[in-house]
Amino acid sequence: MAAAESYPDDVRYHPEHDWARIEDGEATFGITWFAADALGELVHFEPPEEGATVTKDQAYAEVESVKAVSDVIAPLSGEVLEVNRAVADAPETVNEDPYAGGWLVRVRLSDPSEADALMDVEAYKQHLAEQG
Amino acid sequence: MQTLLRTPLYERHVALGARLVPFAGWEMPVQYEGVIPEHRAVRTDAGAFDVSHMGEVLVDGPRAREFLQGVLSNDVERLEPGHAQYTLLTNEHGGIVDDLIVYELGPERYLLIVNAANREPDVAWLRDREVESAELRDVSEDYGLIAVQGPRSLERLGLPEAPPFTFADGEVGGVACVVNRTGYTGEVGVELLVEAADAPRLWDEVLSRGVVPCGLGARDTLRLEVCYPLHGNDISPDTDAISAGLGWVCALDTDFTGADELRQIKEAGPERRLAAFVMEEAAIPRQGMPIVEGGEVTSGSHSPMLERGIGLGYVPAELAQPGTGLTIDVRGRHRRARVHKKPIYTREES
Repeated sequence: MAAAESYPDDVRYHPEHDWARIEDGEATFGITWFAADALGELVHFEPPEEGATVTKDQAYAEVESVKAVSDVIAPLSGEVLEVNRAVADAPETVNEDPYAGGWLVRVRLSDPSEADALMDVEAYKQHLAEQG
Repeated sequence: MQTLLRTPLYERHVALGARLVPFAGWEMPVQYEGVIPEHRAVRTDAGAFDVSHMGEVLVDGPRAREFLQGVLSNDVERLEPGHAQYTLLTNEHGGIVDDLIVYELGPERYLLIVNAANREPDVAWLRDREVESAELRDVSEDYGLIAVQGPRSLERLGLPEAPPFTFADGEVGGVACVVNRTGYTGEVGVELLVEAADAPRLWDEVLSRGVVPCGLGARDTLRLEVCYPLHGNDISPDTDAISAGLGWVCALDTDFTGADELRQIKEAGPERRLAAFVMEEAAIPRQGMPIVEGGEVTSGSHSPMLERGIGLGYVPAELAQPGTGLTIDVRGRHRRARVHKKPIYTREES
């Protein structure tokens, strides 16, 4: 079952509907409820290689529903430490639990100050409202 | 910007919370609850599709049969009133102007149900070849069309069983309609042709019986699992019927547009064939992706029943045999696939 709409306040948001949960120079990345709902039930996650470098504002993975393919944009820069194999095996986890079980990658941040450019939950909700 | 057309059921789709998208000039529901649950409803129970965007063309007159026999690939002579036939409108090269179903309403009186995107080209094509005493009328706007498909569809609608490709006047919940034993899902089911004004009432009757509303998204994955070609993807005026695997709807002992060319292609053997394939690695093939060994994907998606990527594509004829390994170029990544016999999905295998 897809989760109900929610935007937690313990993550930072990127305008391309990605989130980052930052802790001690590392972060987990995922896509927001809005992105998961717009795509529909995910049926494929094409992850980056562990050890790959990801760059803020650039695509680092792909997610697919039956009808659509979408690039996933990195909210921050760094090196991929771990890919969420549970999502690779069962991509619908992202729809069911976008901010916890549905995380996509864990990254060692190369420039933690980049997070200053991300939005807090109130700013992200405003961003969604402006998108109409 | 062109205004999108709306079917008689548009208000119903909005009320059901459908996601509406432009399709062939129409504003159509791509999904209600979701493609995957809708797909599964049709495979296990019953689903309803608004296919009112499809075109209906009436052909009648003393020479109607003779006219159609000359433009359609299948043998119209084998029809009788109350029977229908899958057939192709072919061009001089044996290419496919459209694929359609012809219904014999009565002696020298036929209904063609054609693809929405091809309604105007079809009518223009037929008008160019119209013979005296065979009158052609585009009656698309007079009718709604609701497909109800799935193993429990007849039970839910209270309809008796009947042979595929037959039709008769009937009713569902008191709403009169023509009950066509046809479909595009590989499941038992009907397509209900109804006066446009009665279409919303019929739709409500169908849904009140527990039939799940389904969008074009599920319609596409359902037809792909059973390898029914989609005109504009898998077949077109530039692809011939033999290469497309549709020789079985070409009565090559009759004379129709392109029959000579098709006989030659059949004789020589086509250079390429439309093959069905299943991905062996996690990846979803999509229309237009190159097949590394030659050819390209013409339709691709995720199969909700197999839970794998599946597709159709033209490959060199020697690679079209089931079991042959293929490589799909998925946005630069090479992913393994294997040619599968058609259909890809059958109930026994699941």
